[in-house]
Amino acid sequence: MRQLGLSAAIREGIIQEMRADDSVILLGEDVGKFGGAFHVTHDMLDEFGANRVWDTPISEAGFTGLGIGAALTGLRPIVEYQYLDFIFCAMDQVVNQAAKIRLMSGGRAKVPLVLRGPQGATGRGAQHSQSIEAYMMHTPGMKVVMPATPFDAKGLIISAIRDDNPVLFVEHKLLYGAASPGGGKALSDSAIQAIGMDVPEEPYAIPLGSADVKRQGSDVTIIATLLMLHRSLTVAAQLAEQGISVEVIDPRSLVPLDVDTIAASVAKTNHVVVVSEDTSRAGVAAELVATINDHCFYDLEAPVQRVAAVDTPIPFGPAAERHVIPQVDDIRAAAYRALSD
Amino acid sequence: MSATIEIRRDPVNCSGQDPAVLLRMFRKMLQAREFEEQLYYLFLTTAMPGTMHQAVGQEAVAVGVVSALNADDTITSTHRGHAHCVAKDVPLNEMMAEMFAKREGSCRGMGGSMHLTDFSKGMLGAFAIVGSGIPIATGAALSARVRNSGQVAVSFFGDGAVNEGIFHEALNMAALWKLPAIYIIENNQYALSMTVEESSAVPNLASRACAYGMPDRRVDGNDVVAVYDATCEAVERARAGDGPTLIEALTYRIRGHARFEAAGYRPEEEVEAWKAADPIERLAAGMIAAGAASADELNRIREEAESAIEDAIEYAQTCTDVEAEDYLAYITAEN
Repeated sequence: MRQLGLSAAIREGIIQEMRADDSVILLGEDVGKFGGAFHVTHDMLDEFGANRVWDTPISEAGFTGLGIGAALTGLRPIVEYQYLDFIFCAMDQVVNQAAKIRLMSGGRAKVPLVLRGPQGATGRGAQHSQSIEAYMMHTPGMKVVMPATPFDAKGLIISAIRDDNPVLFVEHKLLYGAASPGGGKALSDSAIQAIGMDVPEEPYAIPLGSADVKRQGSDVTIIATLLMLHRSLTVAAQLAEQGISVEVIDPRSLVPLDVDTIAASVAKTNHVVVVSEDTSRAGVAAELVATINDHCFYDLEAPVQRVAAVDTPIPFGPAAERHVIPQVDDIRAAAYRALSD
Repeated sequence: MSATIEIRRDPVNCSGQDPAVLLRMFRKMLQAREFEEQLYYLFLTTAMPGTMHQAVGQEAVAVGVVSALNADDTITSTHRGHAHCVAKDVPLNEMMAEMFAKREGSCRGMGGSMHLTDFSKGMLGAFAIVGSGIPIATGAALSARVRNSGQVAVSFFGDGAVNEGIFHEALNMAALWKLPAIYIIENNQYALSMTVEESSAVPNLASRACAYGMPDRRVDGNDVVAVYDATCEAVERARAGDGPTLIEALTYRIRGHARFEAAGYRPEEEVEAWKAADPIERLAAGMIAAGAASADELNRIREEAESAIEDAIEYAQTCTDVEAEDYLAYITAEN
């Protein structure tokens, strides 16, 4: 089958939805003539024209609000943030408006809006490296989607566009992939697995709230998203050589969360590690630990191990950044801890 | 003391205006006034939950603007939004039921006074974070452009909102792309306790439009015909593809900021002077002077407005209280 990188897969999903549905439009900085800072919207202006691909000024709060207003009046806007760090400029529009309008209107309004962009620590310093999904997980009314492979990315972006709610679609810079135009340096992390690169040409939708078991195992479950999924798969391969069987689960969306798939795995392995690139305190991993304790406590033979970034702004220096962000060694050590009790 | 703004008490000039439009405006202003007067008593008697912000004295802005729109044009409103809803034909019964947190309310009892919404009437929502509705109306205008629908989108906001960054972001994009948007600064001269002079380096707020190359108008916001005329011009410009307009309507908040807030930061004589410039009475005098209506006719409309609100209160008493788990159906939409 044809292979694509992650950004090319997202791009194809967006293009196919835009061809199928005139109400899908794009808004964001440099999404038009430049084709997007990471080339996800490459050539879309040529195909769809300026009435559907809007190159905006640097006004994140403003163009997010425009997306909301357009979503309330019959369109399905996709708003790109050049880096997801910049969404904080628009937090009132996202948290107070987009996420709350449906409830405030007693269900009379819908806000079919995709907010998407890249995140992840890639040597760019504290304001272009952080992971932001926990803020949106904490915001009722938002959905949070985390594609780690090209196959998942295409199916999930199509579902996100078709969803009648505001959806944060999180992309990881290191996963964009060499198959994307301009995405050449992406595969520099040795842990990135060439999985899910076979991407069907026809449109397909992966339901939000469906986790995927990326590797079957029986001794310990590792739950991880984005780049951390790939590092966890590396750990699983390493441990297999030692006779330890690791099951690796990608939730693929954090809201809604597929608790059933996670619970079934925990019932089988009785040992769990959760891994997230965002900071530890009140973060994604913390929420997953609590969820597992709520649903699976009597299946656990050891405390759930949490692996997440150190609670600090991301430092620039490569050695310091590596120290902050969970590495393969950190995940492997957590798996040993989970199994040692 | 707030800005030195000329307080006009003369009858509104109604000559040449369509009597049907004038009668509608008179009726809507009275309904908005009576709705809030009754709310005031309902809050005093603690029959009503939550809080509210009254636009008493500002009705000519809401009604003058909306009277220049088509039914399918859209508006965004603010925490002080009852008059905008009344002007946009949101059913009074549903508005009142919402105030009482009833299932039959405009927002099924989930929004309350500060979030009144009615999509069937083009009322896109009341947004109670100051300034936050401005880009949303701008997005509705962008949507109208994309869909080629011919609609116009209006954002109402107060004098305080112009100092939020979002005001600049939204107006810049609207002007840049000549979107069919109209921005209404409902300048009631106070952002809670702060006067315009105390919060804006340039107190002529309409003059900010020049930063965007946008036409602006500064009108007497207690003269409903002046507001209507200015909005009609802006609507014509927007529908013609010539872009947005910024209108500053100068008015006065007769009551305090919220509920019973006493507004002791304002001189008594200032409040009294503005009470004497009541927009409803100025319109009544103008309509009679122009022969657009008789005193009897106007009195009948006053009585009708009073009974419409009484009926709404009675209706709300017959409605069903919100139940504890109603909200669960409204957090996210099911595709």
